[in-house]
Order: sequence, then C-alpha cells, then structure tokens
Amino acid sequence: MTAAAPLGKDLLGLEPLSGEQITLILDTAEPFKEISERAIKKVPTLRGSTVVNLFFENSTRTRVSFEFAEKRLSADTVNVAASASSVSKGETLVDTARNLEAMRIDMVVMRHPSSGAAAFLAERIESNVINAGDGTHEHPTQGLLDLLTLRDHFNKIEGLRVCICGDVLHSRVARSNIWGLRKLGAEVAVCGPRSLLPSAIDEMGVTVFSRIEDAIEWSDALNVLRLQLERMTSGYIPSLREYNRYFGVTRERLERAPRDVLILHPGPMNRGVEIDSDVADGPHSVILPQVTNGVAVRMAVLYLLSGGRPEMAEAAKTGKSGGAA
Amino acid sequence: MLTGGRLLDPSRGVDVVTDILLSDGKVIDHGSNIGHPDDALIVDCDGMIVAPGFIDVHCHLREPGRADVETIASGARAAAAGGFTAVCAMPNTDPVIDNPAAVGFVVRQGLLAKAARVYPIGAISVGQRGEALAEFGEMIDSGAIAVSDDGKPVVSAQLMRTALEYARTFGVPVIDHCEEPTLAAGGAMNEGLVSARLGLKGIPDEAEEIMVIRDILLARLTHGHVHLAHMSTKGSVELIRWGKERGINVTAEVCPHHLSLTEDAVEGYNTNAKMNPPLRTAEDVETLREAVRDGTIDLVATDHAPHHYDEKEREFSNAPNGIVGLETALSVVVDSLVVPGYIDFGTLIDRMSCSPARLFGLPGGSLRKGSPADVTIFDPVQRWVVDPRQFMSKGRNTPYAGKTLTGRAICTVVAGEIVYTLDEQRDVK
Repeated sequence: MTAAAPLGKDLLGLEPLSGEQITLILDTAEPFKEISERAIKKVPTLRGSTVVNLFFENSTRTRVSFEFAEKRLSADTVNVAASASSVSKGETLVDTARNLEAMRIDMVVMRHPSSGAAAFLAERIESNVINAGDGTHEHPTQGLLDLLTLRDHFNKIEGLRVCICGDVLHSRVARSNIWGLRKLGAEVAVCGPRSLLPSAIDEMGVTVFSRIEDAIEWSDALNVLRLQLERMTSGYIPSLREYNRYFGVTRERLERAPRDVLILHPGPMNRGVEIDSDVADGPHSVILPQVTNGVAVRMAVLYLLSGGRPEMAEAAKTGKSGGAA
Repeated sequence: MLTGGRLLDPSRGVDVVTDILLSDGKVIDHGSNIGHPDDALIVDCDGMIVAPGFIDVHCHLREPGRADVETIASGARAAAAGGFTAVCAMPNTDPVIDNPAAVGFVVRQGLLAKAARVYPIGAISVGQRGEALAEFGEMIDSGAIAVSDDGKPVVSAQLMRTALEYARTFGVPVIDHCEEPTLAAGGAMNEGLVSARLGLKGIPDEAEEIMVIRDILLARLTHGHVHLAHMSTKGSVELIRWGKERGINVTAEVCPHHLSLTEDAVEGYNTNAKMNPPLRTAEDVETLREAVRDGTIDLVATDHAPHHYDEKEREFSNAPNGIVGLETALSVVVDSLVVPGYIDFGTLIDRMSCSPARLFGLPGGSLRKGSPADVTIFDPVQRWVVDPRQFMSKGRNTPYAGKTLTGRAICTVVAGEIVYTLDEQRDVK
C-alpha cells in the first residue's frame, strides 16, 4: 500500500502529518460532501470492509458521524461501547486489540480517555487505526472538519487568524487545531484563563490572549471550546458565571469587532457559559456546517486509509474504480 | 586471591595494580609479593578494576507481597550481577516493613539469598499512612539501617520533624521521597512542552523542590540527618547546595536514569520511560551530572523498581512508575559520567561505594586491611548490549533494552565468597 497509502497506516493526530497530507484529506473530502446531499446516501466504496467503532468514552456526535461516514461508504460497522471503568476491571487494551484483530477486521475507530491510547493500539494491530479522540492529546478528525469549514468560508487557510478559546489545557480539539492550522499557514492564538492553558503554551508557536476582547479584535475566526463543568468543581476556575463574564463569546463583544468573526464550536455547547445563544445561532456561526463537514472528512479519511487513491475519489463514488482493494 | 587487577580504593586514595588476599570474610593483605595459602582460589583480574563493593541505598525488592515481580533473592542476585555487594530494600511492600518482625523477615530472606547483602529500611509511619511513627528503635535493633516512607512523600511537616528528631536519637538517616502531592496529583511525566504536546498531565519541578527545601529546613531545625531520594531537578541541586553551605545535615542521591535520559524518552508514550520523579530536561541532566562531580549529590542509587511486563504494557497514564536498575546502573553511570569526562573511576567508586557506606553507617566502602571482603571487579571498557531477558531480576522493564553500554561487572565478592561471575550467567527465562 505504498503509493496508495498517502497517510500511512493510521490517523493518530495532525501533528505527525505534513501540510500536503492535510490538504489532501480536505481535497478528498470535497467530492464526498455531495453524497450526503443525495436522496440515496450510499456508495459502494468500502463494500466488504469491516470497521469497528471502539468507544471507551461516551460520545454521541463523533460516533454517529463516523457511523454515517462508514455506512454511506457501505462498510460493515460494529459499535463497541466499553466504559473505561469496565475495561480497567477486566480486559486490558492490548487484549481487546488482539481479540479484535483475531476477528479479521479492517479498521478501528477508537475513542479513549488515555492520551496515547490510539498510538498504543496502532502499534499492536495490523488494521488501520483512526483516532477519534485520545485523552487530552488529539482529535484529528475534529481538527480536519474545522479546517474544512474554515476553508469553505474563506476559500483559504493560509494567513487566516484563528483563535482557540477556552480550556486548551484539557482539549484534544485544541491540539489538533493548533497543529493543523499552523501546518496550513494560519496564525493561531489561544485565549483563556492561564489556569486552563498549558504552562508551556508560549513555546507552542501561538499567540496568547488573556482578554477575550483582544482575541476577538485580532481574529478572523474563533474556535470556542466546550468548558467542562468539572473544571469548576476541580478548582481550575472559580465559577461558570465568572468564566462567562470574562471569557464568554457574546454578541456585544462580537459587535465591537472591526470585522465579522466566524464562530466555530466543536460541541456540545454550554449555552450561556463559553458561548451565548445569540452567537451560536447567529449569522456568523458555522457550527452546523461543521457537523455536516464532519461526515465528509471522515469519509475521506476512511477512503484514504483503506487504500483509496485521492485522485480517484470522485470516480470511487460510483464504485467502479479507485476504491478499497 | 585477586591477582593483577587495578585496585582503586578512594577510601584510602589508592590506585595501583596489585594482588589482594581475602580470607575469613576480610581483606587480609595487598601487595605485589604477598603470599597465599596453597589452596587459595586465584581470580585473575588483569585489565579489571578492583573496587570496594558497590552499595545501593535505594531499591524495591517487592517481597513480601509481590513475589511474582521480584523476590528478595532474585533482587539480591540482580544486585550481585550489577556489581553491588549490598542493597537497601525500601519498605513499601505488602505488608509494609513497619515493625521489627517484618524487618527480621527481610534480613532472613537476604541471608538465604547468598548474593548481595540486603539491609532493610524501615517505614517512617505505621503502614506508611503518614500518621503515627513506626517503632524506629526496635526496627533498627532488628537490622533496619534507615527509615523511609518512599513511594510516598511524608506529607505532614510535623511528622517529618518528629521523624528527624526521633531518628537522630538512634543515629539513622530519614530518607524522603520529595513530592508535594497536590501539585503532582495525576501527573504522568515532566511538565513542559513535551507533556503539553502529548496531552499528558505534567509534574512540575516545584513539586519536588517544595519538599526538598521543606526537608532541608526541618533538618536545620532538628539537626537530624535527612537523605533526599532520587533528585531530578536543577532547582533541587541548588537547594541542596544552599543547605550544605550552611552546614545542614542533608545528603542526596540521584538515579542513573536521571543522569542519562530526558523527557524526550517518553515520546511515543514509552511506558519504560515513566518513572516518579519523571525524566526531566537536558538542563536538569547536565546539572545533576555536575552535582555528582562536585559532591552536592553524594551518591548514586538505583531506585530499582521491577514491574510485571504486562503492567507496563498498557496506556501510558495507567502504567506504573519505575524501571529496573540494578543490572544497568554501573554501565549507565560510566556512559553518562565517566566517558564524557565529568568524573573518573575513582569518583564513580566513591559515589557508589564509599559514600553510601559512610553516610548510612554500613560495613564496606573500603578495602583496607581488616575490612569486609566485599569487592566489585568490573571491566571498565567492555561494551555490551542490554538484553532484559538475561537479567537476574524478574523485572524486564528498562528503557535501555537494546542499547549498547560501557563497563560491566565481571565478578562480585561478598564476605570473601564469589556470589556472581559474568561467565556463569545463565540464559534465563
């Protein structure tokens, strides 16, 4: 699968990928967007392939998005929802991996609460592994769908100013965005209380804003992260109310900006905490197009990892050529 | 009779090629023309360094409780294979070594092993729970040579104060595992750019240094002897230097891995690079090497921590801390400190033999006439490839697997008996 594996065996994160590889995925996603607009949303591209969605953490959006992507490509899918606690009581991840491999599967889509779990799995099985979020490390398909949404709107990524707002410390979405945006030539900033930023953030090649007003003034787009309630109970911030007061993305703040600022959010939203409802539902929000693009990007990743040739993606939709071997 | 080796004994400032006669568990004589009994066993030490036996003041032998991972016997054999003639076993076993009977058990198992000597370290607090003081006096009478709650910090400053005062009464050091628990909670590696990139919770230097300075100040208050285990940061070295300059009774150790590896070893979520304290930065490694050279750090200790292979074969954040070290310590120190010119072999022997014996009041650390016949004979230049399957330890968890290292123990003598020779090494397990 050398020439036909432009991404390698697995998609573990955006940090290991080149800008060309990321652009290739985005370009490959374009023809797949149209499938979801059809009345019959199915092409035979991955017919005969078996994909396991292995989720050790609760997820609705990402799991459903992957499942749609797989089904619209005609793959056979199995969902395994294993809570991390039941696994820690019994089977280890390496045993889970070996058992899956023994069932002769082709791909595993995994979400796991431990950083590095996807890499751990990928080293131990022959199947392709797609990281659907590992701990606080990376969530590459979320990063890709954010990039695709930005590119749809601005027709480019290079030179864009994108600020990631909120709990960067605990966010795998933030890390995938930082690497993806930087590799495609965007300027990246983060904004949030210092207690929710990694202490090494100043070495990560991003601008740091402590005032959301400054971030909004600087930005072409804001990617607003979900603020987990447990950040308050575990003492990273004093209250959600104070967080909203100093870091909430509100209509008033956006109206003072020198230009229209595009609003992204990976979901699920805490309305009235990190983002106000009239912003989330407002004219500059692309939160729902992000979700739509999520399916297309995941189809592109499944297609490329299964050996599909990028230049054949359009033709692959008819199932006549270029699909999975 | 050890013939033709380079006797290197910093305790007497000796560096000479000579013969050494051992008998009845003691050093009898040295010189190039000394006689020996007709039935004496002759060990040819040509090209080798003959040193007072190495002493490791910090290892985890897992027995009682986890004999599947290591036993006192397998640990003592691993020690001998690494050139150690004595090791001090940490008390964080199951049950904890916090009473004279438990100390006696460790002593007995050590004697049965007929390998390196095993000295128990007693717990500071009952059950290592950080509450009531354990019975130092009775534990010491049963063979304990120091006290420690290692594996955990002594969280209460008041308990640490009392421990230092009480231990001073009996003349033993208190060894502390310096870790401020709220800062270190949940941490899996050094805090910095690598942890931020890998999405792993970091442990800042300050988690160690806050406890280092607390312990130094409590040693000042009590005039007790505090020994700081496994120092890992530049800041700790500076604080220890501050304490020593003021005559405070603080001593400190560093582990071979903190002298040779950085946080970069964690890349790829390598669980054999997961230890506590974590691997730090190149600047810390450099400072620690200098501190061994100038004596701010008194000695090298292994923190040998065997784990079952499948305990390490898991997600990084769920994997246990620690690596085995007894069988690679000498070579890692040679490669990290001697080969690059930080120290010579004489200083290496001081930091691995004389200094531990002196600071912990243990027999050995010298080959003067009448001393215990505890001798480490090592090849200073032999290059070898680390193959964990060959270890005498039951543990295989090492970040040095497959690496080529310099210097190797050839023969280890305890009380005049050969307890290890490299040739006899079996193809084990």
